[in-house]
Amino acid sequence: MLEVKNLNVFYGNVQVLWDVCLRVEEGEIVALVGANGAGKTTLLNAITGLVKPASGSVTFMGQDITGLPPNAVVELGISYFPEGGRLFPDMSILENLEMGAFIKSSWKKRKERLEKVYQIFPLLKERRKQMAKTLSGGERQMLAMGRVLMSDPKLGLFDELSYGMAPKLVKESFKMLQKLRDNGLTILLNEQNVKQSLEIADRAYVLENGRIVSGGSCEELLHSDHVRKAYLGL
Amino acid sequence: MTNLSMTVKKNIPYIAISVLILALLAAVPFFSKPYTVVLLKNILMFAALTLSWALFSGPTGYISLATAAFYGVGIYTAAYLGKVLPLPVMVLCGGLASFLLALIIGAITLRLRGIYFAIFTLSSVELIKQVLHWFEITVLGTRGRPVVKISNTTVYYVVLLIVVLLMVTTYFLKRSRYGLAMSSIGSCEDAAAHIGINVTWVKVLTFALSSFFIGLTGATTATGLIYIDSHIAFDLNYSFFPTLMAIFGGIGNVFGPVIGAAVFSYLREILITRFPYAYMIIFGAVMILTILYLPNGIIGLVQTIKDKVLGGKDATASSRKVN
Repeated sequence: MLEVKNLNVFYGNVQVLWDVCLRVEEGEIVALVGANGAGKTTLLNAITGLVKPASGSVTFMGQDITGLPPNAVVELGISYFPEGGRLFPDMSILENLEMGAFIKSSWKKRKERLEKVYQIFPLLKERRKQMAKTLSGGERQMLAMGRVLMSDPKLGLFDELSYGMAPKLVKESFKMLQKLRDNGLTILLNEQNVKQSLEIADRAYVLENGRIVSGGSCEELLHSDHVRKAYLGL
Repeated sequence: MTNLSMTVKKNIPYIAISVLILALLAAVPFFSKPYTVVLLKNILMFAALTLSWALFSGPTGYISLATAAFYGVGIYTAAYLGKVLPLPVMVLCGGLASFLLALIIGAITLRLRGIYFAIFTLSSVELIKQVLHWFEITVLGTRGRPVVKISNTTVYYVVLLIVVLLMVTTYFLKRSRYGLAMSSIGSCEDAAAHIGINVTWVKVLTFALSSFFIGLTGATTATGLIYIDSHIAFDLNYSFFPTLMAIFGGIGNVFGPVIGAAVFSYLREILITRFPYAYMIIFGAVMILTILYLPNGIIGLVQTIKDKVLGGKDATASSRKVN
């Protein structure tokens, strides 16, 4: 579904990503793990078009999307969950959700999408008039995920799902993520919480200093010496 | 459409009051002294500038101090085209000239955020002023130009029309999909970009639209000035007053900027005649008190009183007002 080939990204003179290759197949949860500053967010930003790669290509469902602006990428069916959710604090839940369907193709279908999101997260329907800034951490997470679904995406990119979350909420967030997958969303997840993300993902890539150093099934990675030592502290 | 007719229905009292006030204002020149017309014309002019300013800076949160630049462009358009074009065409040209200038300034500056945007827009006024001054002196060998005089009553009606246009535009824009995009930029610009809004385009276009109205206002009111030069046309006060008036009135809805402009410019009129040397000091004190005690302006105060009287049963509505 998504294929990233030999992607190189620079910030000024500093190279942040080096020949990154990655694949996501339909229906998968793929985790991208690594430490702070490894380049995980940059990789997602390069896919969504917020950062222009120097070389390499990004292909989505057979179409070359390298360097397309973010609004065009969303239009093609890629939805982005930014670090920390980034809700619109002064808007109600309903307005936040509607904003998720902003692009032309999904704006007309926003009523149906809203029903779908309410079905997955009934709490959002109950509180639809409440301001986003008055929500608790868990509710915000639900709302941010609901907003991701509003544009009827095929692929969801999640940047640091567990960012700033209490351990209990991290667990819940990952459960929500599986719920989204069960509803037909393919997921590329960017996480520093290595253990938990490897537990729910099908496959994973390890990004270190801008390079993919290993990849494979989560089972394999959980047992690889490098991952155990560097990320799991075992 | 049902949604729209519902909001219209809900606002019938407001619409009725607006129409009534509009009818009163339209009748003023028939039965009042010339001074009243001039005073009201000035108030309406500030209302137009403040509404234009709030049209862009209100929802997006980008504080523009370039109002004087677009106002000045309108004035200069009137000075150059006033003799050759009929009033409506000339005024429209003023609007378009400002629109184009705003597209350029917007494309350059709207990648800046917060205070940097404010500073850059402020300096754009000074830049245009000085370049124009230099051009007039060295190339044309003159300074300033006369402006064709048009009767105060005519100007009064044109400015009134601009204010009405602005109120209607603000009202409908706010309730449109485009309006949602504008406020999402003010709320969280990164998220707005992520959900597929072309943030640069929305910002630049809204900035230009707001400047279009400022240009219209400048071209219209210039006809009362008789003579202009770059320092009269690009007076920095016209950048600060609309901003202050909007804060004073409150930028939550259509009426805030109008009320702010009305009270503020009338206050200015009184102070300038009674205390010609101290009026800016008194002005400053009023502004400080407003920001300290009425952070949401006069409209915010009205809302607070309304909530208290009604017992604050709608917690969600009042929480929106507090920022």
